[in-house]
Amino acid sequence: MDDPRFTLTLGNVVNIDKTPALRLEGITKSFPGVIALSDVSFSVDRGEIRALVGENGAGKSTLIKILSGAYVADAGRIELFGEEIAHPTPAGMIARGVAVIYQELAQAPHLTVAENIFLGRLPRRGMRIDWAAASARTRDVMSKLGFDINPTDRVQDLSVAKRQMVEIAKALVRDARVIVLDEPSAVLAPAEIDQLFDIVRHLARENGVAFVYISHRIGEVFVLSDTVTVLRDGRTVHDGKSSDLDAQALIRLMVGREMGDIYPHRTPRLGEIVLETKSLSDRALLRDASITLRKGEIVGLFGLSGAGRSELLKTLFGAVSRGGGGVQLFGASADVRSPREGIAKGLGLLPEDRKTEGLFLNQSVSFNIVSASLRRVAVNGLIFPRRERETVAAQIDRLRLKTSSVDAAAQDLSGGNQQKCVFARLAAAECRILLADEPTRGVDVGAKREIYDLLVELASTRDLAVLMASSDLPEVLGLCDRLYVMREGRIVKELDARRTSEEEVMSYAALH
Amino acid sequence: MQLSIDRTPTPSERTPTRRLSLPRGAGLWTAVIVLVVASSLASPHFLNPTNLLNVLRQVALYGILGVGMTFVILTRGIDLSVGSIVAFSGVFGATLMERGLPIPVTVVCSLAAGTLMGAVNGLGVAYWRVPAFIMTLGTMVMIRGFGLMVADGGTVNPGKAAENFFWLGGGYLMAVPTPIYVFAAVCLVAYVVLSHTTFGRAVFAVGSNDEAARLSGINVPVTSFAVFVICGFLAALSGLIFLSRLSVGDPNSGLGLELEAITIAVIGGTSLFGGEGGVVGTIGGAMILAIIANVLNLAGVSPFSQQVVKGAIIILAVMLETARKRRV
Repeated sequence: MDDPRFTLTLGNVVNIDKTPALRLEGITKSFPGVIALSDVSFSVDRGEIRALVGENGAGKSTLIKILSGAYVADAGRIELFGEEIAHPTPAGMIARGVAVIYQELAQAPHLTVAENIFLGRLPRRGMRIDWAAASARTRDVMSKLGFDINPTDRVQDLSVAKRQMVEIAKALVRDARVIVLDEPSAVLAPAEIDQLFDIVRHLARENGVAFVYISHRIGEVFVLSDTVTVLRDGRTVHDGKSSDLDAQALIRLMVGREMGDIYPHRTPRLGEIVLETKSLSDRALLRDASITLRKGEIVGLFGLSGAGRSELLKTLFGAVSRGGGGVQLFGASADVRSPREGIAKGLGLLPEDRKTEGLFLNQSVSFNIVSASLRRVAVNGLIFPRRERETVAAQIDRLRLKTSSVDAAAQDLSGGNQQKCVFARLAAAECRILLADEPTRGVDVGAKREIYDLLVELASTRDLAVLMASSDLPEVLGLCDRLYVMREGRIVKELDARRTSEEEVMSYAALH
Repeated sequence: MQLSIDRTPTPSERTPTRRLSLPRGAGLWTAVIVLVVASSLASPHFLNPTNLLNVLRQVALYGILGVGMTFVILTRGIDLSVGSIVAFSGVFGATLMERGLPIPVTVVCSLAAGTLMGAVNGLGVAYWRVPAFIMTLGTMVMIRGFGLMVADGGTVNPGKAAENFFWLGGGYLMAVPTPIYVFAAVCLVAYVVLSHTTFGRAVFAVGSNDEAARLSGINVPVTSFAVFVICGFLAALSGLIFLSRLSVGDPNSGLGLELEAITIAVIGGTSLFGGEGGVVGTIGGAMILAIIANVLNLAGVSPFSQQVVKGAIIILAVMLETARKRRV
């Protein structure tokens, strides 16, 4: 059968079977200041399940968006069943059988399951929608997949797992032959994950659907996938059979990069304990978190998405109500019930998403900087312009914040300077415990370096204590003195950041 | 009401046109000047001092409501109940006067009643989390009902007491109508509060990004509560001025005034998305509306077509504002 002449004589039939369902070649995509993907190539055959793994920022999301047609690659080619897609668009990719199922499901929550599945293409009879046919076909596909979902249920009433099943059913109704799953297991319980895997295997083996399965859980790669592509910093660092690797080798491939020297050297001078929690919980995810933090110390909170890092920081700050447990601040038992109280007690939260939670984008830099310390620049509620100007100027100077003027709108600053703007606000409010949630997310490498310097400087010269949540492992190891690893709302391990390795941390954060 | 617009321009569309864009508010005051010139050309009576003072009186009457509305809209809220509060405070004041209460007591009681109604709006929006549109739509209808109950369906005529009260809405001080002084005082206080106090900052912060405001330690509920109290107070003040001018309390007066107030604020450049605008623009907005109404009257345009023009102006004002934003 491998004789080339035979292939030629039999022509199309053999050819079609040999053509990969999806082939990417030399995909490159850059954004201002950053190359997200560089020369990425892989292919997926019919019935193949390919795992695509990599750390946060490795380029997975960009690749998904290129597959869905949302982004157009700067260079490289995409082939579907041997046909080159010259001008990919979201509608075009769907029409050619590519379905992307996002982690944040794009559904109409108040519509029914049947309506979601047939969204935009409900069966019609004349002018009217044929509801009976829509329900029947939905029931049909659900029973084929072995899902127990009623077509007339509203999507908002379903569990996340069932919503995902709806998305899979939708993909099948649309005759999807290539299905991209974006970290589906992050939101699923173990039993639901097993069920999902069964369905994926079934569709691949019986229906010949090609799967691209994106995950950063190491275990899943070996349980589910046939082949694996590892991305790191936008490049393919490995492409091969999953069975050729073991967990440790895969982790090394994911994280194995030179630490470089973007992390400032520091010799921490640790003071007394300023923050201590005992079995702290919120009302949702966070469970029994017990941590300590000393003056002058930088402590990392590492975990994958959904591990509870942000929840811990927000509970400490009073932005999320506490479910149980106790907090001691500066040696005294403290009950922080609102961000207002948190700031008054010397806490400062650098939120994860500076655009939606941090900045007043349409207000001036000056407005943003003094917004948490209004009482310091005012007497009896009346703002003293001179005092405000001095406070702002001092912070801009100290943080080396680059702006055309203090009256420039925050939205016109670069990402790094926007982040500094939020830093400046906390510094102006004289915060003594900094709770930083992903402090370098979405800023370029140069600005990262500056933020690291800033954190180190604040910790050493200002006796600030820093608790820093991050999903960027090299950053946590390069910057922190100690770190806590979180998984599923719990702190699973405390590690000395100087004596551990990326592999060890990842094994606590990702392995089940 | 949670609309989101992506205002981030790409660098390529930002840089070249930046030099051409006008400073904020320049368009508004250009429009005021153009309107004055056009009006004086359209009607010889426009520049007559008596007529100009009349226009200014209109500016004051509606402007006071516009200032209250500006506070609410700056926090990304809306207050539909101001027209009803105007009517209620007029009827309530007239009733107290009719019963023989002294004028200062009447004034205080009426203002307190309007403030209380504003506080109910604030409670609903800030603490019970009812959307401002719904909360004030409900109180708009309820307060109108209270006014009708107090007046027992008719109008309330305080008789002789009204004559002693006429100075507030109809009187003159040094040849200038009294309401203009009231309006000037309201604007001055509002200006200082919005631009020079911590509360003013909180108003802008809440309207600009309420989550960021909360995480900055700003008391978001108190701020959104307070703006409704201010708006209710100013509506009651305006109601008293109307009562003074008309000499009767009419529970059916002030219909549609809430829309007038919103129009003034929006034409004045206060963004319905919150966090942008201010009192100075509101003064300009009130002027534009008053001048247009006046010149249409002078030109003998029917009140029916005036409505059409007013509606078109609102749309035009917002379109120009959106275009400006896109350009900057």
